[in-house]
Amino acid sequence: MTKSTEWQRVAGNGLLSRRHLLGLGLSSASVLASSAVLGADGKALFEIPGWSRQAGPGPSGYGQRSVHTAFMQRDAGAPDPLYPGGGASRSPLQHLQGTITPNSLHFERHHAGIPAIDPAGHQLVINGLVKQALAFSYESLLSYPMVSRFYFLECSGNSRSLYGARPGNGTAQTIHGLLSGAEWTGIPLSTLLDEAGILGSAQWVSAVGADAASMGRSVPLNKALDDVLVALYQNGEPLRPEQGYPMRLFVPGWEGNISVKWLTQLKLTQEPSQFRDETSKYTDTMADKTSLQFTFPMGCKSVITSPSGQMQLRRHGLYQITGVAWSGNGTITRVEVSADGGQTWAEAMLDSAQHAKALTRFRIPWSWDGATAQLMSRATDSTGAVQPTRTALLAERGENSFYHCNAIQCWGVSAAGDVNNAYV
Amino acid sequence: MPMSKPGYVLLAFVASCLLSSTALSQTVGLGTPIEQTQLQNFDLIAGPDGEGLPDGSGTALQGKLVFESRCQACHGANGEGTGSSTILVGGNMQTEASPLKTVGSFWPHATTLFDYIRRAMPANAPKSLSNTEVYQVVAYVLYLNGIINQYAVLNKDSLLTIQMPNKDGFLDRSHIQ
Ligand code: HEC
Repeated sequence: MTKSTEWQRVAGNGLLSRRHLLGLGLSSASVLASSAVLGADGKALFEIPGWSRQAGPGPSGYGQRSVHTAFMQRDAGAPDPLYPGGGASRSPLQHLQGTITPNSLHFERHHAGIPAIDPAGHQLVINGLVKQALAFSYESLLSYPMVSRFYFLECSGNSRSLYGARPGNGTAQTIHGLLSGAEWTGIPLSTLLDEAGILGSAQWVSAVGADAASMGRSVPLNKALDDVLVALYQNGEPLRPEQGYPMRLFVPGWEGNISVKWLTQLKLTQEPSQFRDETSKYTDTMADKTSLQFTFPMGCKSVITSPSGQMQLRRHGLYQITGVAWSGNGTITRVEVSADGGQTWAEAMLDSAQHAKALTRFRIPWSWDGATAQLMSRATDSTGAVQPTRTALLAERGENSFYHCNAIQCWGVSAAGDVNNAYV
Repeated sequence: MPMSKPGYVLLAFVASCLLSSTALSQTVGLGTPIEQTQLQNFDLIAGPDGEGLPDGSGTALQGKLVFESRCQACHGANGEGTGSSTILVGGNMQTEASPLKTVGSFWPHATTLFDYIRRAMPANAPKSLSNTEVYQVVAYVLYLNGIINQYAVLNKDSLLTIQMPNKDGFLDRSHIQ
């Protein structure tokens, strides 16, 4: 085994070449249970464990995760009687690997709770500036040609605590967990709009959900005809109720709120409908108090998921820094990592499959010798956009910002190994 | 060069493939044709051009009663809110450095107020108000914000004449995608 001192250092404070990830295991001391029986030579004896001596339960109709991973939860807060069904829950990014979020851990944001929709009683209506208004049943939509695509979904308000004056004591989940990735399967919206026949004067598509808030958003027609889906499946199974069952709009790369869940109406209009959630909310007020409206794409961004906030590094030695990167405008082409607060950077390894508007996982080895460290990641996308520093983002957006925070975030590591959100 | 017979056959085959592929690219066609009149209770969109605003009318004086019985528990007696997400009055985009954003200080269109209250409020019983009650309570929220007086009659025409204080405060960035 190569000694850590022989590894190629590529940036300050212990970052090692990503090439070492290929073919080399990261050593982690295997600790035997303290109750282990010792052999005559004083070394622990390996025994056959109890679960290898008795048959377990047989096949089941619906799979469950291990009781040992049941602690991985979304952070749904307490219900608020003044906001029935409202609120959000975040994905536990620090516990997940790869780029696909399990459906049961995909983040949620509801404005009036999850409607109990019987698909047999659900309609998707297309009306407004079309040659022929149409209604589609769920059953009929299942007959249409579908496509499957990997996409991220990120709430526009994700990571917004980084706009705050002081760094909050968060985890990857509480700061960045309004982010998930999935394979979405659905009907290109253009197929259904073409069937209704788009009139020349139509410029926008107003999408409305069947929840109690009848959440509405206006989508520009050119985007609607580009890559928007009426999604029916997520990671191979019909949508979960909290993700819009039986159908949702899926607007790739754009702020999550516009991917209207429980989709029941698409109205073609000349002007945007100016819904509450595209005027009062989901607009960006600049320093001069002008508010930018319809700022749809989520910017180029990355987050280190491990090591991350509230973790403790318990040993010196080799670690794998890993995280996810994504951009609403294209494909992630590069992720750099710094261990010294942005003074020096090294290129991380990207997992082989990179899809546009989807999560990309990155990894880089890091040797921690017990010195304080400041871990940061910086993504670049196929348009050439580079994730901005927090200082640069605040300078551009002013102090009134709330949405679209794609700033580089820093995890500070103390000499004791405590990892905390930090500003540099 | 004159085309041989097999050439014609091939051409006919290519032509029939083209024809059938045209047929395939046509739509599945399972949407049921409907009329806009069938959607009068279903299509709740009230746009800034007034399309979709229903008949009915109301004043703030009438809306006060609706507000007290249906809104006040969550939004406070005078719209001051019971938490940060339920504040309906106050704020000033010009004078405050970090402005409080409310219907009065921030919203660019009065039609949005009708559209939103009709579809989503009261949060504990959405869509339980009549169109007349919605006009009344819209008038009251505008009155609480000093935008109209308590006798002004709101209906689908007069709502379009309301000048919201921050109506010029927005820049449409939808062309930057
Ligand atoms: C059970 C509590 C409750 C009741 C009753 C209620 N609301 Fe609300 N209202 C809310 C909550 C919570 C929000 C924020 C919803 C969100 O952000 O998704 C809200 C939001 C609003 C907003 C948008 C505020 C903004 O600036 O974006 C308006 C306007 C509004 N309510 C009007 C009314 C009116 C008018 C009534 C009475 C007819 C009413 N509400 C009754 C809880 C309530």
